Amino acid sequence: MNSSVSSSSAALVRLEQVRFAYGEREVLRGIDLEIHRGQVVAIMGGSGSGKTTLLRLIGGQLRARSGRVEVAGQDLGGLPHSALYALRRRMGMLFQFGALFTDSNVFDNVAFPLREHTDLPETLIRDLVLMKLQAVGLRGAAALMPAELSGGMARRVALARAVALDPMLVLYDEPFAGLDPISLGIIGQLIRRLNDALGAASVMVTHDVHASLELVDYVYFVSAGGIVARGTPDEIRASTDPYVHQFVYAEADGPVPFHYPAAPIASLLDKVSA
Amino acid sequence: MTAVLRRIGALTVDGIWWLGFISRFFAMVLIHSGQSFRRLPLTIREIYFSGVLSLLIIVVSGLFVGLVLGLQGYDILQRFGSSDALGIMVALSLLRELGPVVAALLFASRAGSAVTAEIGLMKATEQLQAMDMMAVNPIARVVAPRFWGGVISMPLLAAMFSAMGIFGGWLIGVVAIGVDNGAFWSQMQAAVDFRYDVVNGVIKSFVFGVAVSLIAVFEGFDCQPTAEGVSRAITRTVVGSALAILALDFVLTSFMFRGL
Amino acid sequence: MSRTTLDLWVGLFVALGFAALVFLATKAGSYSGLASGRAYTVEASFDNIGGLKAKAPVKSAGVLVGRVADIRFDVQSYRAVVKLDLDPRYQFPRDTIATILTAGLLGEQYVGLEPGGDSDVLKNGDRITMTQSAVVLEKLIGQFMFNKAAESPSQP
Repeated sequence: MNSSVSSSSAALVRLEQVRFAYGEREVLRGIDLEIHRGQVVAIMGGSGSGKTTLLRLIGGQLRARSGRVEVAGQDLGGLPHSALYALRRRMGMLFQFGALFTDSNVFDNVAFPLREHTDLPETLIRDLVLMKLQAVGLRGAAALMPAELSGGMARRVALARAVALDPMLVLYDEPFAGLDPISLGIIGQLIRRLNDALGAASVMVTHDVHASLELVDYVYFVSAGGIVARGTPDEIRASTDPYVHQFVYAEADGPVPFHYPAAPIASLLDKVSA
Repeated sequence: MTAVLRRIGALTVDGIWWLGFISRFFAMVLIHSGQSFRRLPLTIREIYFSGVLSLLIIVVSGLFVGLVLGLQGYDILQRFGSSDALGIMVALSLLRELGPVVAALLFASRAGSAVTAEIGLMKATEQLQAMDMMAVNPIARVVAPRFWGGVISMPLLAAMFSAMGIFGGWLIGVVAIGVDNGAFWSQMQAAVDFRYDVVNGVIKSFVFGVAVSLIAVFEGFDCQPTAEGVSRAITRTVVGSALAILALDFVLTSFMFRGL
Repeated sequence: MSRTTLDLWVGLFVALGFAALVFLATKAGSYSGLASGRAYTVEASFDNIGGLKAKAPVKSAGVLVGRVADIRFDVQSYRAVVKLDLDPRYQFPRDTIATILTAGLLGEQYVGLEPGGDSDVLKNGDRITMTQSAVVLEKLIGQFMFNKAAESPSQP
């Protein structure tokens, strides 16, 4: 998997000069990126940098104000709802806390996309679901309800559900958030293994630098609505960019200021004494 | 003064906005209702949660309302020496008003709030979004079956409420007080008209069922995806349903009984 | 698709609901056969119908035989035209007299049918020619007072 940005036209996901705003507040200001099959790509950035918005644009949950968002050669901008749904059947998404259906058990959760989108007989669905659960190591938990699972287990079940239809693209929203180190390691490994097994592309939005630098092929750094740095994990670690340096080494002050913008403290003191 | 006017203006605009939004949502639910009937188990499940689980409160309340109507009706009617008409009074007040209205109010607080909570929680925990990302329309898969489950359950619950109420009135009037059993039923049958009283009551409860179910699924779907947002949505469902039921009741009654 | 206990409960629920509806329709209400469609309609015009309303009972010899379907005002004759839906089990001679009566002194008003002796019977769309209007209490009292007043000067 030693892929770097190639200019081939076979990119699975391609964003060109994408802008997006919530109302008046501009969140993304001209994003360009490319993701190819076989790659695991991390989009990193601080909270509120617009990285989750970026993921939603790729998933078609949001539409760009301007620019192109292309997935598998189709421009999501003008895509009708039915075509978007057809595209989404070939996508999987892992939500931050799994988003398992709380009223059905683990088995039915994983079986959900198969039952909704295929006419497979129940015996075949059973085999497929157990296979997916086996892949995430939770075949024995098939009868449990989501409420009975730990956070890490819930996310593994959700991962099994996301790849139930063997997608070509898997999106991960903060896959490492709130996990203990063991679960974190398991999820990281699973993401890599499943991606390689499916020959798919994976995009993860994360701010967990160390866990993700271990497993991804390429990293985009997002800050204040733009891409400030990009490269392979080694390039990122060696980067001299002050923002990347601050982020990777978790420094309190730097290009991202410690203080929220405010009037100089001296002026405040004057007012109090006046 | 201007502040008050401005507030009234803002509320009016918000109200119209809300009305437009809920109408569009209603249209969406209707458009995506095909699946609710093609895949009946989805709707049957919701009839269970909305209807069967409301059965106990409906039956018990119906009985108590009937008992009270029996006592009060007897007290009023015997002043005019017409306690035989107790059956008429109990049956007509239940069939025309109390059955559909009280059953709908109870339904809104029992089943409507539960539906709002369920859909709201699904939204707060990103289950609806996850469904959407799996190319399954949440309105078709989650909202529409719950809507139809409520619409189907409501008239049946109202009928059970009225029947239990008449039974309660009979218990008090005939069994406890001693109104003549024959007079109770025959006067009731002579006065209650199938078309005008029974069918109109069913039409009312159907309309209330549509209103309550729509408000319940809408508030759940529209809520802020937080714990606080869900609890506020539940309150809005109960309050909004109650207002809608009473307002619609007035409108329907004035249409139906205009000729009298 | 397999049966579940949930189906059983829902089935029971729907059955109970319909049972309640049937109870309301038959035991509490008078679902006699008078539902529109089966009834036959005759017309009668009155000078004054008093407080008669649509849906009021039509009785003959005290037995409910139908209901008032519709009331309208005829601008040609300036009379009230009342449509009566009658139960097809009961047939009435053509010379039946329709009267507007009051249940009790102040009770609701209804139409009373007094059968005549004709061998032909009323059919759907026929018109009852002999009618007797409502007794208007105010007129009655007014007449009574007038008579009293007319009598009084000659008394002393």
